[in-house]
Amino acid sequence: MTIDLPVIWYLLIGFAVAMYVMMDGFSLGVGILFPFIRGDEKRDVMMNTVAPVWDGNQTWMILGGAGLYGAFPLAYSVILPALYLPLILMLLALIFRGIAFEFRFKSNRSRKWFDLAFSGGAMVATFSQGVVLGGIINGLAVSERAYQGGTFDWFSPFALFTGVALMAGYALLGAGWLIMKTEGELQQRFYQLARPLTLLLVTAMIVISIWTPLSNGRIAERWFTFPNIAWFAPVPILVALFSWSIWNDVTHAHERRLFFKVLGLFFLGLSGLVISFFPLIIPPDITLWDASSARASQSFLIVGYVILVPIVLAYTAYSYYVFRGKVRHGEGYH
Amino acid sequence: MLGFDALDLARFQFAFTVSFHILFPAFSIGLASYLMVLEGLWLKTGNEIYHNLYRFWVRIFAVVFGLGVVSGVVMAYEFGTNWSGFAERAGDITGVLLTYEVLTAFFMEAGFLGIMLFGEGRVSKRLHFAATCLVAIGTLISMTWILMSNSWMQTPAGYEVINGRFEPANWLEIMFNPSFPYRIVHMGLAAFISVGFVVGGVGAYHLLRNRRDQAARKMFSMAMWAILIALPVQIIAGDMHGLNTLEHQPAKVAAMEGHWENDPEENGMPLVLFALPSMDDGANHFELKVPYASSLILTHTLDGKIQGLKDWPRDEWPDVPLVFWSFRIMVGLGMLMLGMGVLGLFLRWRGQLYEARWFQRMALFTTPVGFVALLAGWITTEAGRQPWVVYGMLRTEDAVSAHSVTSMMATLIGFMLVYAIIFGIGIYYMLKLIRTEPMSMVPAGGPGHERQPKRPMSAADGSFEEQN
Repeated sequence: MTIDLPVIWYLLIGFAVAMYVMMDGFSLGVGILFPFIRGDEKRDVMMNTVAPVWDGNQTWMILGGAGLYGAFPLAYSVILPALYLPLILMLLALIFRGIAFEFRFKSNRSRKWFDLAFSGGAMVATFSQGVVLGGIINGLAVSERAYQGGTFDWFSPFALFTGVALMAGYALLGAGWLIMKTEGELQQRFYQLARPLTLLLVTAMIVISIWTPLSNGRIAERWFTFPNIAWFAPVPILVALFSWSIWNDVTHAHERRLFFKVLGLFFLGLSGLVISFFPLIIPPDITLWDASSARASQSFLIVGYVILVPIVLAYTAYSYYVFRGKVRHGEGYH
Repeated sequence: MLGFDALDLARFQFAFTVSFHILFPAFSIGLASYLMVLEGLWLKTGNEIYHNLYRFWVRIFAVVFGLGVVSGVVMAYEFGTNWSGFAERAGDITGVLLTYEVLTAFFMEAGFLGIMLFGEGRVSKRLHFAATCLVAIGTLISMTWILMSNSWMQTPAGYEVINGRFEPANWLEIMFNPSFPYRIVHMGLAAFISVGFVVGGVGAYHLLRNRRDQAARKMFSMAMWAILIALPVQIIAGDMHGLNTLEHQPAKVAAMEGHWENDPEENGMPLVLFALPSMDDGANHFELKVPYASSLILTHTLDGKIQGLKDWPRDEWPDVPLVFWSFRIMVGLGMLMLGMGVLGLFLRWRGQLYEARWFQRMALFTTPVGFVALLAGWITTEAGRQPWVVYGMLRTEDAVSAHSVTSMMATLIGFMLVYAIIFGIGIYYMLKLIRTEPMSMVPAGGPGHERQPKRPMSAADGSFEEQN
């Protein structure tokens, strides 16, 4: 039996992307929630909850990008130029967000500018990522192994909607994280935000789930034929269960579970995408096998990935363990 | 727009972002090794001056490393956004090498960097020193992957072309392609020399404020030794790198020399010291030449000759004035740096190293000179590779993404504005750190303590502004 390396690489890169979305998702969410919270001290606490970990979180995005380049060069060389403007906007926004972490705590008079860089950077980066996602779902014009569409092909109501939807999603992830990491009045504020954000996110997921098959016949076909429908059916049911459970956690102030259930919602959303598109890597036509690099490339690269990534994961887990517990004002990790 | 086409703008955008980026990794590579030496000397001799210097430079290392990470994220995406033809055809090789670099950096950043920046006092001295060594080695490994990829683009090997795409045939030949050994030595030394001048310049700055400052004396002295030793080695390495280029990329060397054609009347090849090369005329104006010198340098004989540019069709010429002048800037600065090293030795012999104010002012002025030479060298080798992106195999115009002039212009302006703001802030902050007295350092925190391990820049703890 030969190992289907492209499928393994699809899963490895999917893993990096999922790690990025879930982990940087809550870091960006903290930035999106900044405007809802007034006061330097409270904002200090919010930023301190993610300060020790955001840098590592963001590195998953670089690993996902570079991995795509090495393992699926066609996907890398089509998706990136096709989503050129939103991607560049995202990179620039992430630079502002990152630099705000470094300098906000070292500033006093210029603090409001770093607040803006942090929060604005997070919002623009998130919106851009959502647009990129929507653009990919919409499909990209490819022929002769190159992107053939225009500069603004990604610009569609659907992509703008996924941009806003992702902002709601990351904001909910951020609220869940902050409920776990803060206490008192500040925590209450995030409890208040959790329900409206859950409603927003679930509504967005429903809208996207209806919009996608309506505008894309092939996906409708995939979804509503057997056995695919059997694979897919648990997803909406689980989404409903998780959302209901998040709603209850707010009532009973289950401060830890809530965050993990939001992570669960994200995981379900990502699984829904994989079920809808596998084995496509660039909708509507290019499969992961079409886009793969040579076997000699994928097998050479997997050695390093398999050795190094588990060590990185172990260290990541350790650093989350070290920084577990509530963050209070004055306990700066800065 | 302004007479530029999308290809020009894509090239300029890449040159701008990569030039900005390369300064920080080069700084980290040199500084990490310097920190390793400082900590090693401290452990060996117990002299607290070394410890103070370590603490002084490790804060600056943290900022430099952080800016390198920030500007590096852009690079990981730019190959796809702007050079999709290259990524699609060569990704099987260059994408793999880049991913290995990301894995190395990720691994290092996740582990040893935290211990190095924040672990002092919380782990044993030996373990801390081991972490510093591993970070230093890690920066060198990162550089190795990137230079393998770059060298492969200059002197491709170990591949086969299948349906117009480069697929790996032999990874060892890819990694250790013909120009790689020369390039890594040349670039590694350039990073060390650049940092040598920064350390020397900072030492000079503190000596000018207080010539009794023991730490300033120590770093100034160390920097002058490093410069004195590294420059002659670098000049030999550069010469060998040049001969390697002559073997594999003769048109690049012809452009570096401003050599258009061989004159059958002439014995040997003169070295063109100064000229205004004109690609339209295929000749140099205002030439100033040294007879036989090029023959001597390039062929190590008196009458050897190399091919002139006119041996190649015009559409295979690089931009001659750019390559010609960037090369001269690099070499000229190399000579200036060598002169500084020799002058330092002379003053040391006369017992004047810490007294000669004029020399310290010179050292202060030449702080960035290593970096300028490094950039000039990269411009020589990269512009000299044109019009190819994979030398002799894939033309740059076939590698570029099909973006409009307007969107290239918009993103270029975006990058320039954002980089100006961000790196302006970063460099301003770094200068503040440099101005603090080297002998007044306090140790930073550690995992689970006030400072934390995953954000390099947080190891620097100076206030961003003056406190009011």
